[in-house]
Amino acid sequence: MVTTRKERVDALARMSTDDREGEAGVSLAVSAWRRLRRNPVFLVGAAIIGTFVVVALLSPWLAPHDPSEWMLADQVSKARNEIPPPQPGHPLGGDQVGRDLLSRLLVGSQQTLMVGVFATVIGLGGGLVLGTLAGAIGGWVDSAVMRLVDVMLSIPSLLAAVSIGALFARPSQFTVILAVAIVQIPIFARLLRGSMLAQRNSDHVLAARALGVRPRAIVFRHMLPNSLGPVIVQATLVLAVAIIDAAALSFLGLGNPDDSVPEWGQMLGNAQTVIDSHPNLAFWPAGCIIAVALGFTLVGESLRDALDPKNRR
Amino acid sequence: MALLEVTDLTVVFQRRGEAPFTAVDGVSFAVEEGQTVGLVGESGCGKSVTSLAIMGLLPRRGVRVSGSVRFEGAELLTESPRQMRDRRGRDLGMVFQDPLSSLNPVVSIGIQVTEVLERHRGMSRSKAMRVAAELLDQVGIPDPRRRLDEYPHQLSGGMRQRALIAMALACQPRLLIADEPTTALDVTIQAQILALLSQLVRDTGTALIMITHDLGVVAGLCDEVNVLYAGRVVERAARHELFARPRHPYTHGLLSSIPRLDAPRGERLVPIRGAVTDNIPWTQGCAFAPRCPNVLEKCLDVTPEMEEDDGRLLRCHNPVRQEVPA
Repeated sequence: MVTTRKERVDALARMSTDDREGEAGVSLAVSAWRRLRRNPVFLVGAAIIGTFVVVALLSPWLAPHDPSEWMLADQVSKARNEIPPPQPGHPLGGDQVGRDLLSRLLVGSQQTLMVGVFATVIGLGGGLVLGTLAGAIGGWVDSAVMRLVDVMLSIPSLLAAVSIGALFARPSQFTVILAVAIVQIPIFARLLRGSMLAQRNSDHVLAARALGVRPRAIVFRHMLPNSLGPVIVQATLVLAVAIIDAAALSFLGLGNPDDSVPEWGQMLGNAQTVIDSHPNLAFWPAGCIIAVALGFTLVGESLRDALDPKNRR
Repeated sequence: MALLEVTDLTVVFQRRGEAPFTAVDGVSFAVEEGQTVGLVGESGCGKSVTSLAIMGLLPRRGVRVSGSVRFEGAELLTESPRQMRDRRGRDLGMVFQDPLSSLNPVVSIGIQVTEVLERHRGMSRSKAMRVAAELLDQVGIPDPRRRLDEYPHQLSGGMRQRALIAMALACQPRLLIADEPTTALDVTIQAQILALLSQLVRDTGTALIMITHDLGVVAGLCDEVNVLYAGRVVERAARHELFARPRHPYTHGLLSSIPRLDAPRGERLVPIRGAVTDNIPWTQGCAFAPRCPNVLEKCLDVTPEMEEDDGRLLRCHNPVRQEVPA
């Protein structure tokens, strides 16, 4: 039998590869998802977030009453410190001016989630730009960006958000989003820059450079996608922080002054005047904020574990 | 004119506040078209730095490269980064040591192979994909179309190295530098990869610089061997010459420290005593002198020069005379 050298090499190669896993194209994301699905921490977190998202989307139909209508106003008495108690048709009672508390909670989830998501997305976008600049170009650009980041990080995040929020003459939901987002930018920038720098010295980037790949392709195809893992994880964790920060701004009166659109932080802020006699008014929005923040934190933590390449099987 | 002529290549790493370190100290060698040249030496002798200097892949800051690297007559060391970028992958290919970490984990094999083709040969994605499948087939990857959609972690170590070789050879470079291409692989896979490399080199007429610490690799593949020690070439000879009659005490020591199947039972291996850290600087004498069994007074005072000796180049005051019992 005549066999060429190539055939022999081929045969050897086939032998060494026959028992490889058969599915084509399992990317990092897919295999991370497979691990996530079995993680109870992720499932609990995802269930919490999922519930709140569904509620937020369906709240116009779920809410039993108009959240801005003073329908129980006749049961409110400032002088005698009376607030509508839970009653048929109003399972959680009313707030200080007689609006249905349950409806306000349900509709309030919209604002809270929206603020959290937009603030995180804007913060992430800004952080991506700054971090990519610093990590990809290096040199004085890196130094300049990082000093800026240091300055921003030297101010406690809530204080910074409050200061930025206070800069705006007319506070609105948008100024809250902006204030919270700006505070998150340096965290993302520093994180991305760090992982970009690690990528810059990695073997596969050297190998790509040895093939003459252009710098732009090196940055956007070889460095950036490999640096995103920790940033994505941070984003889910930041969502929790953003929601809490936004609630804090509203609580401090830097949020939307129009309280016909309910928002949990603002509800909490309004509840503080009557917290001694009617703690339930503070309890419900606070509980919701905690639950959503917990949900995002759980998902973020499990995502971090799942995306850690060391965990790959 | 040789395809690649490296003359007096010197690489000095310099960091502020620290003494400069000379990693490559006046290395000269030439590679003819279609020839396979080995660079052999232990860790830290400057093998990899030499290859990175030829490729223009050393960082610009903190590194001083001098001497000359001529490729087809053109001086590579003075070319602009842009020119070198165009050359890499097209004229000069390189295969690295660790096949897993040398592939981008989040991009499929197909995209990584086509990237080179699109970059240097201006192919469209679909055309490049067809060529990529042929390339993978050529380097002995079975079922190449399916592999194109897969990610590096789904391939075995040997297949990854094959894919990297395919990428390095995609644009038919005139010169391929293989930096310890088999170190991270199992012995059986090593043999396959070496067979593949020698076959491809023969088929395509590509010149190959084989960088390794494994004399067995050299024995099977290289036409000419350069033995490096502490950044300088200490012995250069044709493969058979070198293995039959190593003259430099370092080469001799390397060969005697390899176990041989035909050695008498109970014979002990002879290691080279000391470690690289015992070196003295070349400027004061012979760097190998503190570890050398043949050391003379002179070795500690006078720097040995490269001298022609019996059809080979040798840098030694007192070379080994007797032959290795074959």
